[in-house]
Amino acid sequence: MPKRGTPPLQEDMLQGTLDLLVLKTLSVGPAHGHAIAHLIERRSEEVLQVEHGSLYPALHRLEDRGWIASFWGTSENNRRARYYRLTPGGRKKLVEQTSRWREIVSAMERVLEPAPE
Amino acid sequence: MGWGRFFRRRHWDEERARELESYLDLETDENLARGMAPDEARAAARRKLGNPTLVREEIYRMNTIGWLETVGQDLRYGGRLLRSNPAFATVAVLSLALGIGANTAIFQIFDAVRLRALPVAEPDRLVEIRIGERRAATGSFTGRRPQLTNPLWERIRAEPRGFDGLFAWGTGRFDLAAGGPARTAQGLWVSGGFFDVLGVRPALGRLITPADDQRGCAAPGAVISHAFWQREFGGDPSVVGRMIRLDGHLFEIVGVTPPGFFGVEVGWGYDVALPVCAEPILSGEQTVLDKQDAWWLAVMGRLASGGSPARTSAELAAISPGIFQQTVSPAYNVEDTKTYLAFRLGAFPAATGVSQLRGRYESPLLLLLAIAGLVLVIACANLANLMLARATAREREIAVRLAIGASRGRIIRQLLAESLLLAGIGAAIGALLAQVLSQALVSFLTTKASGVLVDLQPSGRVLAFTAGLAAFTCLLFGLAPALRATSTAPGAAMQAGGRLTDRRERFGLRRGLVVGQVALSLVLVVGALLFVRSLRNLMTAEAGFRRDGILVVTLTLPSLDAAAERRLARQRELLERLQAVPGVESAAEAEIVPVSGSGWNDRIKVGGVVQATISNVNAVSPGFFQTMGTPLLGGRDFGARDTTSSPRVAIVNEAFALQLLGQANPIGRIFQIQQRPGSPEPTYEVVGLVRNSKYRDLRESFAPIAFLALAQDPAALDQYMQVMVRARGPIVGLGSAIERAMAEADPGISITLQPFAEQIRQSLLRERLMATLSGFFGLLAGLLATIGLYGMMSYMVTRRRREIGIRMALGADRPAVVAMVMREAAVLLSVGLALGTVLASMAARAARALLFGLGPGDPNTLVMAVLALAGVAALASYLPAKRAAGVEPTLALREQ
Repeated sequence: MPKRGTPPLQEDMLQGTLDLLVLKTLSVGPAHGHAIAHLIERRSEEVLQVEHGSLYPALHRLEDRGWIASFWGTSENNRRARYYRLTPGGRKKLVEQTSRWREIVSAMERVLEPAPE
Repeated sequence: MGWGRFFRRRHWDEERARELESYLDLETDENLARGMAPDEARAAARRKLGNPTLVREEIYRMNTIGWLETVGQDLRYGGRLLRSNPAFATVAVLSLALGIGANTAIFQIFDAVRLRALPVAEPDRLVEIRIGERRAATGSFTGRRPQLTNPLWERIRAEPRGFDGLFAWGTGRFDLAAGGPARTAQGLWVSGGFFDVLGVRPALGRLITPADDQRGCAAPGAVISHAFWQREFGGDPSVVGRMIRLDGHLFEIVGVTPPGFFGVEVGWGYDVALPVCAEPILSGEQTVLDKQDAWWLAVMGRLASGGSPARTSAELAAISPGIFQQTVSPAYNVEDTKTYLAFRLGAFPAATGVSQLRGRYESPLLLLLAIAGLVLVIACANLANLMLARATAREREIAVRLAIGASRGRIIRQLLAESLLLAGIGAAIGALLAQVLSQALVSFLTTKASGVLVDLQPSGRVLAFTAGLAAFTCLLFGLAPALRATSTAPGAAMQAGGRLTDRRERFGLRRGLVVGQVALSLVLVVGALLFVRSLRNLMTAEAGFRRDGILVVTLTLPSLDAAAERRLARQRELLERLQAVPGVESAAEAEIVPVSGSGWNDRIKVGGVVQATISNVNAVSPGFFQTMGTPLLGGRDFGARDTTSSPRVAIVNEAFALQLLGQANPIGRIFQIQQRPGSPEPTYEVVGLVRNSKYRDLRESFAPIAFLALAQDPAALDQYMQVMVRARGPIVGLGSAIERAMAEADPGISITLQPFAEQIRQSLLRERLMATLSGFFGLLAGLLATIGLYGMMSYMVTRRRREIGIRMALGADRPAVVAMVMREAAVLLSVGLALGTVLASMAARAARALLFGLGPGDPNTLVMAVLALAGVAALASYLPAKRAAGVEPTLALREQ
């Protein structure tokens, strides 16, 4: 739901990055799917909109790879919710992915900068 | 994707559903907090989530393994289709199961008898050392593998070249009982190196070593097999050190071999093994240890690593002349000596052991394997036809599915899955069936006298064979219909239902299949008839003696009187006691029991000239011919006047009279039997002529036989007495009376009883096996072909209903319609039968050696088979023809 002048990034642009975002969000502590989406949206100042249609498959995929683990818990307002937490493997992956992302960003920067005459 | 997830994907899906539900709750709560009305809050949450089913589907897909999921679907769909058509499913699965089961059963036996390596260490390095070409060795032959003599073995052992070890072995039988009814144990004579060279470790105690096998061993230990230990001693661990009685002599048990070790002869187990040096203890004065013409041992060796049978053979051939020169028997005449000196030893690979069964059953088993293979081919053709019919019936369904976007590959995959399902079920039932069948086959081959011991554990090889068959079958009958069904353009297929007549070529493949089925089943029916008629010929052939009401009684006397005259008196007394047993019509002794497989032949001298024809010889007591029911054609029987002091007399059969004496009435003629050089050659006067009779087995043609008087040759009397006892009434119950009478005479006498008819039946084991199995397969093949033809004709009639309706509307009457359909069937049938006749006469040649009393191209058999098949097939096509004639033209035309 775009609200600002900056249009939210398209879902397919986030394909690989959604995993990284989820891992980063969980590095603070366990959270359920709803909270993960909210946290990502809040921290990106609503630029990154998380499609729920892709969040849950992504969570499932990450869990399948053993980077995150899940358990049933009780939410802050007493609802049963499925919580996710980072596994040691996930933590390692987060570090890797983060530096990889930085490389890509700086590479993009270099390309996009006006070419020095 | 983990397999764990795949199998728990339903569980995971439920988890996700709950998770999404919980998301909705959380979002609704949030919306409520923002001040929305409850309904609106929920609706907004749903909007935000989007389509939950889509999310679940995506996750579900992640959890599955794509092809596996569709295969699962295809199999389930196939299963539903089979359930909805039980007749088709039953015919298909049953014919497959029978085909695969029969193949596996026969292959299992073939594998056990022929292919599997011995269960010993490094069987690949085992070779058997024997005389390469041993056609005309003379002497006495005992045991199941009489390849060499003990003197030869001692020479071979002295010159070990290129071997890591050598050993000799022979077979025998030991009586465990102390008199009375004999209890036979399968005996094994082994040289000291036997167990060590084979790499067998004891399960208990110790095994025989070279130290045990020393010339003149006084108290050698015996080793028993695991099976015998279990059977006789209940697996008692304190068996080592106990004594065991073998032919009346006591031996100490020193050890037990591990389970699964049966010796080196496939098909036979052993109970007790004794070192070769113990042979004189059991045989006494008749020991063969130093006889150069007593063949009773076989020799095997383990090649040194890097050695090859060819090189070893060459080395053995080089030392052969010396070995044979040193061991030539003084009893041999000039020709025998020449033959003997020409022998050459060779080394032959023996990784799979040796077997008498192998020689006897290898070609029958191969033939049966081929027959079973043909049955499977016919079953497959049947299935292919059934599948084709179904695929055609489903053409519209397939066309619709193609039209709405199914890919060709996907549909072929689905049709293949159906065949896979059929093949899988068929193979599973077939594998079960195989176990039952092969057990039945082995018990069929097992006789009282010879426990066939074949290890039938389903090996990986057999399983691979079945699985391969199933997969092959599946491809064979699944792919052709699948390809055909999808090669039709959807549009054409959708219209085809409305078409008046079918295109002709549509039937081409199916006609071909039916023709092939008829042809192949004719081959099998001809084969079955040939074997069944061979057996019948053997059973009813004139043998020259009665088969029923005769008991063969074998007595083993506990001790041998030294004086020949005393032996004679003793045996005569026992014979008289036997004759006096109530219910005994007559009893006579014979050196050789007819058609028992044993024999005795010699060269005959007439007028001092050695004849080219070798004659069978037997020595019998008076009353033998009467007991056997062999008619005396002229002269007299032996009697009390024929004694050691009277002139030697003989009775000959017709073949002897014609072939050796050159005249039909030989009474009064004289002949001699060629003896060893230096031995006297007594002159025999022919005093009687008897009808021709079979000597060694029922398959032979009548050959010359000279019967000598047992009473005139007391030196030939040994420990054993074989008496033919003719019963006055039924032979049931006579046995125990005979046992009682013998126990009264001397409780130490060991006695074995067997009905003569039973012995003959056992001698025809191979023929009975072939007749039973090929008869069964022939019947099966005929049935399958009939079902195929019936299916083809009914299908054709159904497809051409409209055409037939129009013909009838235009004036064709019912007989004309019947004739039309029958003509179609007749064409298929006659092409199939013609083809089958050619194939059958070619195939039957492979069976020539197994036939009796008729040739492979026997015209009567062929005519019988053709008539039988044609009759059944005509019946099978008449039913659809009648149905075609019952078509109501108006109804048929109004359809569609």
